[in-house]
Amino acid sequence: MTVLTPAKPARPGGRWNPRRPRRSKSLTAVMTLGLIYALLPLFWLLVNASKTQASLFSTQGLWFGGHFALFDNIRATFAYDHGVFLRWFGNTLLYVVVGAGGATVLATVAGYGLAKFSFPGKRVVFAVVLGAVTVPGTALAVPTFLMFSKLGLTNTPWAIIIPSLVNPFGLYLMWIYARDAVPNELLEAARVDGAREWRAFFSIALRLLRPGMVTVLLFSVVGVWNNYFLPLIMLSQPDWYPLTVGLNQWNAQSSTVGGQAIYNLVITGSLLTVVPIVIAFLFMQRYWQSGLAAGSVKQ
Amino acid sequence: MSPPKHPSRRRWTGWGFVGPFLVVFLFALVAPVVYAVYLSLYQNRLIGGNRFAGLANYRLALVDGQLWSGLGRVGLFLVVQVPVMLVLALGVALALDSARLYWSPLYRLGVFLPYAVPAVVAALMWGFMYGTQFGLVGDVDRVVHASLPDPFSNALVLASIGNIVTWEFVGYNMLIFYAALRVVPGELYEAAELDHASVWRVIWHIKLPALRPAVLVAVIFSIIGSFQLFNEPNILKPLSPDTISSYFTPNMYAYNLSFAGQEYNYSATVAVVMGLITMLVAYVVQRAAARNQGA
Repeated sequence: MTVLTPAKPARPGGRWNPRRPRRSKSLTAVMTLGLIYALLPLFWLLVNASKTQASLFSTQGLWFGGHFALFDNIRATFAYDHGVFLRWFGNTLLYVVVGAGGATVLATVAGYGLAKFSFPGKRVVFAVVLGAVTVPGTALAVPTFLMFSKLGLTNTPWAIIIPSLVNPFGLYLMWIYARDAVPNELLEAARVDGAREWRAFFSIALRLLRPGMVTVLLFSVVGVWNNYFLPLIMLSQPDWYPLTVGLNQWNAQSSTVGGQAIYNLVITGSLLTVVPIVIAFLFMQRYWQSGLAAGSVKQ
Repeated sequence: MSPPKHPSRRRWTGWGFVGPFLVVFLFALVAPVVYAVYLSLYQNRLIGGNRFAGLANYRLALVDGQLWSGLGRVGLFLVVQVPVMLVLALGVALALDSARLYWSPLYRLGVFLPYAVPAVVAALMWGFMYGTQFGLVGDVDRVVHASLPDPFSNALVLASIGNIVTWEFVGYNMLIFYAALRVVPGELYEAAELDHASVWRVIWHIKLPALRPAVLVAVIFSIIGSFQLFNEPNILKPLSPDTISSYFTPNMYAYNLSFAGQEYNYSATVAVVMGLITMLVAYVVQRAAARNQGA
């Protein structure tokens, strides 16, 4: 299983070979094709977010054309339908902060508990949680909806937040991380000093666990920010939609005969949805790259 | 190490840490599974109402052409898209690890970036680009005065979806492989250098064996992802209503049974069947890999 382990350092300087191999122009050229493939759709998104609904259809797609309308489009996106886009943005933030944040806290505390304590029933807990890693999330969505609708939880933020709180893979990562990053001797010393377990956790372990937590948090944030299936089925009122479901509704409206075509708003809204998460990744790359780069692969 | 002072209390402290996770886990993950199994054993008839039906729903699923056509489609998707995506990811990871690239951080970040893009936005972008109205396919048609094959046609629609999924996840898998390559012990490379081993032999005898566990993880997650295919076809459906049916994938089928047909019991049955098939395939792959390892 792929895991982030802090203990084993990567090759010094990242490279073992003191004489770097000669750089290859042909390999770089091939990789540039891959880079173009990866970035072209995002470039297309940026270009087309700057076009009016009319010039979307009249100008060619891969370059700017017609009136440069990016800022008009952004304004229109936020203004459309009494500012419902801003509402969706706020909902997404709520789900991310509570859902992904909560998932990270629960996974960290439980991972630490599994790594540092022996308690009755631990083996069962292990087996069940590890088994759950392979339970396909989306197969659960419909049954979860059926259960939540019986409990009256659909059409509330809880319908999105509660399922987001469970992240078995995050727990697994934090268990491995805690096992290797928090030395037992340090905890023993704290216990000899008479510190309670929770104080030892907060004052000693938490600091050491931070890099693993950031990695789990980042991937949970992406999961919740990008979540589509679950909110799609749980929510029937646009008031609680996250961005993803809202955008899809705008697109469906545009494709319907008689519906108002607002493709320019769908495209601009998509751009606005992508930008924050991309920025988060770029700014936090030090964390997730060092977390993964220092990582090792175990079975 | 000194023995703990209060062994009995200490024995239960672990539960305090694991408990909160478990409570949510039981409520949000285990309970829905149990509820789905329960629902799948009942039928709701116009006459007689809700009543126990034993395995009747499962017998129905066994001969349900719509379910099996969806299953066949995601099976095809699995055996074509997953190898293509993983080989691409492997190639990029090896290229990055070779240290022969100019500006290698640029490539690492650039290829990973699509992972951060929500599936909804990815499917919308590609869907528009595929389109003949204001998409790239339409542009190319106008420039060369020809008509490219329609990406939404019956023959191509699954490949078009495969391209979107590949675009989304190549970077993520690449990062898993790259992370595994970075921790290959340097001594192995030193030994290879002493033997004057070629680059390809180093890849074959050192790097690929080191990647085995990471590849296994990637394969398992990709299997799960393929069987669960929903977002991309569901979002493309308004753009291509004729070639993407309501039972295009098993997950879309389960969704539409619940939300268009109100057939909750049968929808739960489909979900249970799909969960079982996915876990079974993942398990078989894992066992096969373990046996290979042993041989």
